[in-house]
Amino acid sequence: MKATRDSFGEEIVKWGDQNPDVVVLDADLSKSTKSIRFAQKYPERFFQMGIAESNMISTAAGLALSGKIPFACSFGAFLTGRYDQIRMSVSYNRANVKLVGTHAGVAIGEDGHSQMGLEDVAVLRSLPNMTIYQPADDEETVQIVRSMVENPGPAYIRLTRQKLPKVYDTSYRFVPGKWALQTKGTRVALIGTGHLFHSCMEANDAMGGKFSVVNAASLKPVDADLILSLASSHELLVTAEDHYVTGGLGSAVAEVLAEAGRKTRLRRIGMRTFGESGSPEDVLKHFQLDGPGVVNQLEKFLAEKAN
Amino acid sequence: MGSQSKIASLNPNDNKLAARLRADILKMIHSGKSGHPGGSLSVVDILISLFSGIVKCQPDNPQWPERDRVILSKGHGVPALYAVLAELGYFPKDWLITLRHLGSPLQGHPDVARLPAVEAATGSLGQGLSIAQGVALALKLDKIASRVFCIVGDGEIQEGQIWEAAMSAPKFKLDNLTVILDYNHGQIDGPSDEIMSLEPIVDKWKAFNWNVLEVDGHDRRAMMDVLPRQVSRKPTFVVAHTIKGKGVSFMEGVIDWHGVAPNDEQLQKALEELKV
Repeated sequence: MKATRDSFGEEIVKWGDQNPDVVVLDADLSKSTKSIRFAQKYPERFFQMGIAESNMISTAAGLALSGKIPFACSFGAFLTGRYDQIRMSVSYNRANVKLVGTHAGVAIGEDGHSQMGLEDVAVLRSLPNMTIYQPADDEETVQIVRSMVENPGPAYIRLTRQKLPKVYDTSYRFVPGKWALQTKGTRVALIGTGHLFHSCMEANDAMGGKFSVVNAASLKPVDADLILSLASSHELLVTAEDHYVTGGLGSAVAEVLAEAGRKTRLRRIGMRTFGESGSPEDVLKHFQLDGPGVVNQLEKFLAEKAN
Repeated sequence: MGSQSKIASLNPNDNKLAARLRADILKMIHSGKSGHPGGSLSVVDILISLFSGIVKCQPDNPQWPERDRVILSKGHGVPALYAVLAELGYFPKDWLITLRHLGSPLQGHPDVARLPAVEAATGSLGQGLSIAQGVALALKLDKIASRVFCIVGDGEIQEGQIWEAAMSAPKFKLDNLTVILDYNHGQIDGPSDEIMSLEPIVDKWKAFNWNVLEVDGHDRRAMMDVLPRQVSRKPTFVVAHTIKGKGVSFMEGVIDWHGVAPNDEQLQKALEELKV
């Protein structure tokens, strides 16, 4: 078990060792985003911007326009709250800025709604040249960070505060725009991202392991080929994300299905109201985003069909 | 390639040049049927001064790593920058009248991807200073002695992000960064002193630990003296006192000329005044 923010914090230090162009910025949350490890090892390439995310994002753009590979870190909610800076300074400037948004979703728990990144994917997905990734475990985080360093262009990585179980070893290969079909089954394809991939795995196990489960780590671009292939071989697609269902993974899958004229049933698991405080476990349970919650929702979807 | 390229420079004492560039600006905006004459005419003498030898640049090698950078944060003033860049030879002068036409590299606000001669896309106000700060930080990391000049508008610095950068650039001791305020006292909705006063402007930037200078933003000789000044380990903020619409009598100080193109008759009248 490891939080993907911890995986990022360790991996970015290794990139500091390997590539002198890698620089890191943070807005007074380096202990939470884990960029502090880089700050300690490479103080001359770490820029503490204070609680001023707009300035941080545009400064990162200036560094990128000058050949650096800046990683700008904060909570996903606060980063993407500065949409205009991302839209203009980063996206329109075609600046090679890597946005690192931690504290994804309601699973942060006690701090409550104001700190929860719940619309980050939705707003960034609207930008033509933005890529968006959400790893499901430690190894996938490492590989996504590598991909972000190696592939030029604006990118966002969405990370969890909470620990996630290990899925992959070093034989895994993350490819941008490709999803991993973790278990192959029939009737239902559960497509989860980040923490919710694990909830989908748990739900599938609880229901006899007969469904397909997909890890959707690449949220822009999505794996349209796999979505259409799943739509051909399953009667129900279910997306699951710790994010609003509007604009996130569920919307992305709906767009692919609709544009291809597919009539395969789609149901979206995610957030539809504001988040609230509580222990992570209680909050995930309350919003039916944990394994048993996904089982409940899935049973409802399956019953719908019988009617 | 870089070493063979010529360093370009305008002549700050050439009044005919200044008048001709003003005419270019008005012809461009007339051709585009939209644009911002007031703030373009107020900033043009600042740009001429900068590109009269203060800014090291090579028009046939726009990405020259040792060039000085000019970031026009008040992106709506870009017709003035286009006119100066064309004069320097960055691109053919006949591009100028394509301003704001479909497919033109001369977008209504600067776009670095379509026109690499500009350093950054700007136009959503308040962001260019932070971008300039990032560029200045990168130059320091790379131990390149180039300077970064960032031009901001007075209405623009009402944006909160400007004051975030006002705090951070002195923290990073960016003595390679000079911000020039085009203080023309006008913005779309009215006089900036009424919309949201910036005063006491000098005290504010001094209080934020900047090296603050003042100059007449139309006195090119004075700017040639002031703009090269730097103080070790401190960024510089130059308050350039300007007149909106400067050079065309019926535009000077008239707020309505902030963002309106001259019609045929108005253009003719302006060109006659400028004697070009």
